[in-house]
Amino acid sequence: MIVASKERFPGRLIAVEGLDGSGKSTQLYLLKRWLEMKGLKVHATDWNSSLVVKKATSKGKKRQLLTPTTFSLIHCTDFADRYERQILPLLKAGFLVLCDRYIYTAFARDAVRGCPRPWLHKLYSFACHPDITLFFNTPLPVALGRILGGRPQLKFHEAGMDLGLSHDPYESFRIFQGRIFDEYQGMKEQFGFVEIDGSASIELQQGQVRELIASAMDLPRFRRRAQG
Amino acid sequence: MRFFGDGIPGVDAEQLVGKLIVIEGADGSGRSTQIEILRNHLENLGHATVNVGLRRSFLVADELQQAKQGNVLGEITRSLFYTTDFADQLENRLIPALKAGFIVLADRYIYTLMARDIVRGADREWLRSLYGIALIPDLVIYLKVSPAQLIERNLAKNSALDYWESGRDLGLSRDGFDSFIRYQKLIQREFAELQRQYGFTVVNGNLSVRSIAHEISMRVAEIL
Repeated sequence: MIVASKERFPGRLIAVEGLDGSGKSTQLYLLKRWLEMKGLKVHATDWNSSLVVKKATSKGKKRQLLTPTTFSLIHCTDFADRYERQILPLLKAGFLVLCDRYIYTAFARDAVRGCPRPWLHKLYSFACHPDITLFFNTPLPVALGRILGGRPQLKFHEAGMDLGLSHDPYESFRIFQGRIFDEYQGMKEQFGFVEIDGSASIELQQGQVRELIASAMDLPRFRRRAQG
Repeated sequence: MRFFGDGIPGVDAEQLVGKLIVIEGADGSGRSTQIEILRNHLENLGHATVNVGLRRSFLVADELQQAKQGNVLGEITRSLFYTTDFADQLENRLIPALKAGFIVLADRYIYTLMARDIVRGADREWLRSLYGIALIPDLVIYLKVSPAQLIERNLAKNSALDYWESGRDLGLSRDGFDSFIRYQKLIQREFAELQRQYGFTVVNGNLSVRSIAHEISMRVAEIL
């Protein structure tokens, strides 16, 4: 059925959002370790990992064939594959599902590329909203510094070069991330993001994250069944 | 021209001076034969034409073909894969051709994609929004052929019924013949619904090739 399910699943969905370099992946990893060591049923997924669609996506990216619309659609296809194959069954099976980036990443990126927001929201409406979305609100210069500090090789789309913002990939990345940051700020209220101060120490942030999760859901309910 | 919805970012539909003609119908409804005839007819009159169809995009056609063999995609994923294929052709073939004043002959369009998804339970509003990127055609011809006639033609041509055109994934019947008839009836019912919404021209595809071609050329003359 291609309809957004309003049904409440036994599992819970936890998503982290934020800029590249906001520290969200580190925090999600630490959260996962904590939940695992508590003996809970937990599974982590990340953005862009589906095999079926991967080939087409990388072909499109390599040859710079993608327009804002096809970029958006191919990523949505990729997400749908992961959603139908992985996320949905895990939720039905009562897992704590941790998503490193979720539909809001697409909302932000694709809106910056010029896709109409209502179209994007409808496009992804087959997916359920997370039970909790942690937004790592790291100041733009801090996030940029973490990524650009090592002078990495930025990929074409990653740097937002397709937007023609600048011929310099680093400058383009800066402007692009700035716009994504603005999109995130605009979505905070609408989608009920829980903000984490990404400029605080790793330990402080993780403490806050764990506290939030523990108070938002009845964790013992997700215990793995004893084996043997 | 106009888009159904918000259209494609950065594309001004007013600048598209060509014409878009769509031929819809099941496999075996005579679509390709009629497109060939129409193309000759138009080129004879001095119009430049471009052919497009489903699953022909550079971006994802190969991947879609592969996925079709294995039945590995979920409903939403398959649906979006086809939309991606459609959007890629729309932007890289249809729009440039229409800008240059060509007549684009589309062998199937969003209606087939929507009908297939709807009989599989898709949300109509979701599809309507999704295909808001599509251009409104100048003319849509739907070749309606009875399922019994379709079976005859498909068997004569391929000596087997196609898995997807029989809707075997829907589990309507364990019997292939029966499944084909039921699936095509579902699709026709959905096309009747889509026709009410989008108002296209239904042509009786059970008629002879010549009389169908004649009717199509009359309709085409009206829009040129």
